[in-house]
Amino acid sequence: MRRRTVRDFIEETRAQFTRWMLHLKREPFSLAFNLLNPLILLVFMGGAFQGLARNALGGDYRGYLLPGILALTAFGNSMAGGIPLLFDRENGSLTRLMTAPISRPSIILSRFLAVNLSTTLQCLLILVLGMAFGVRIATGVGGVAALLAFGLLLGFGVTAISLMLAFRFENHGDFFAVIGLTSLPLTFLSSAFVPLDHLPGWMRAVALANPMTYAIDAMRTLILSGWNPRPLAFMAAVLLAFDAVMLWLGSRVLARHLA
Amino acid sequence: MASPVVRIDGLKKSYADIVALDGISLEAAAGKIFGLLGPNGAGKTTTVKILATLTRPDAGSVEVVGYDIIKDPAKVRGSIGYVPQEITADPYLTAREHLEFYASLYHLPADLRKSRIEEALALVGLAGQEDRRARRLSGGTKKKLDLACGLLHRPAVILLDEPSLGLDVQVRRDVWNYILGLKEQGTVVFLCTNYMDEAERLCDEVAIIDRGKIVARGAPEELKGRLNRDVISVELADSNHHRDASFANLERAVSRLPVVRQSLRDGAKLKIYVEGHEAALANVLEAAAAAGVSLRSINYTRPGLDEVFLHYAGRAFSDEAPNGA
Repeated sequence: MRRRTVRDFIEETRAQFTRWMLHLKREPFSLAFNLLNPLILLVFMGGAFQGLARNALGGDYRGYLLPGILALTAFGNSMAGGIPLLFDRENGSLTRLMTAPISRPSIILSRFLAVNLSTTLQCLLILVLGMAFGVRIATGVGGVAALLAFGLLLGFGVTAISLMLAFRFENHGDFFAVIGLTSLPLTFLSSAFVPLDHLPGWMRAVALANPMTYAIDAMRTLILSGWNPRPLAFMAAVLLAFDAVMLWLGSRVLARHLA
Repeated sequence: MASPVVRIDGLKKSYADIVALDGISLEAAAGKIFGLLGPNGAGKTTTVKILATLTRPDAGSVEVVGYDIIKDPAKVRGSIGYVPQEITADPYLTAREHLEFYASLYHLPADLRKSRIEEALALVGLAGQEDRRARRLSGGTKKKLDLACGLLHRPAVILLDEPSLGLDVQVRRDVWNYILGLKEQGTVVFLCTNYMDEAERLCDEVAIIDRGKIVARGAPEELKGRLNRDVISVELADSNHHRDASFANLERAVSRLPVVRQSLRDGAKLKIYVEGHEAALANVLEAAAAAGVSLRSINYTRPGLDEVFLHYAGRAFSDEAPNGA
């Protein structure tokens, strides 16, 4: 039998990644499902609170809101990222895949890459819509890239959580319930809609432990203020730590399930 | 004879307090279709999952083409094609995309890929439907696609778990022809089934499994011949006033006959197992007349594998095993 090579690993990952891309292309409705809440917030909440917030915050409320909406988009898409693997577990196709002589990490890596590519595309769409509504990005084109990067820094860790959950739950109904119960509430329990120091004490405590807060604060800096290295580096460091812990935990849990 | 391609020795597996496999041993040789036959929950799927490196046994050794499933799982995986009982076709992918997917996973050389895919499509009768998404294929066609994916890399052993479960008659026949075709190519087919007719039609050798134990092994003809008993099926006429009483009378009457070994009610029929004896049919007819039971039909047949199961397991095949392993 031939020896395994790095090229084998790449080919296995690429084949599975291609499958996920075909899903994305052929089931655009799944994107609409994730984008529904962000769009409602962007269009209606942004419109409704525009006048009110102008007095309180002294600026464009949509610009203030956009980071929260981007974080919600990234969080929701990442959190749902494990669902197709749970479907594969439920219908036996993951079992079948496991009888092929393929690298186990390629199963996870291909899904991970697909989820985060899809997150980036969705964040880009939300950003463009926000700009169409008149939001100005203080850091310009380079800022757009940085905003997408912060979306990914949030997405990596959350995707790792979701992939773990895909092996914990026994049916996808429970999984959908968890996504519904986390995405929007956690957005409210962050700095998405009001500044941290305007939140009641217990909400502020949760918000400080919520990785969304750090992605949102970094994005807000990029949109409203500019290239402000100290806060941006701090937020990136917090998110990288979150990612490192989740990816480490995820690799342990998944290695056990995919032995 | 060539060394066996699948060798299982003293295999044991329990789930919590349920014993799924209680020390089974068997061998499947090259060029043969081997059938593991038993009721639901007997341990068939557990056995095939262990062969497919999906489940680790508690005890015993298993070799596939000379590779140990614990020490060399990667080599075992490269030598097998596993088709589970569930349909696993991805609704969003076309038939051809499925085959391309597996061709990549098994690293088929680029120059072989196209011809192998065409060959697989033709073999299971999917030509002309290769560009339809699985979502729009019938259940039977999806099953054929699953089978095609399992043989693309030309495995030495193909593991089929209930290959014709839930298929209509026509598709079932196609699947059977496909399995017979694999044998001609020299592939070892290891299949699990709870269909007697499937095992009789396809298998060169069967092992009958019940409650985690192999109760009988051999060629189907040999197993049936070893029984040395024939079956008389009797159907009662509608003119009998008390149906249940008539059944009871008839059973009592035939049980006194020296040629009768056993009788069993099977729906509207009474199955009477007799030692191969030319007087048996006449004896049963006389006993029915003497008991005042009128018959609608009577049928004398050679035993099938269900009689073999009844003999070795001590109960009818259709009585489900207590657990669902």
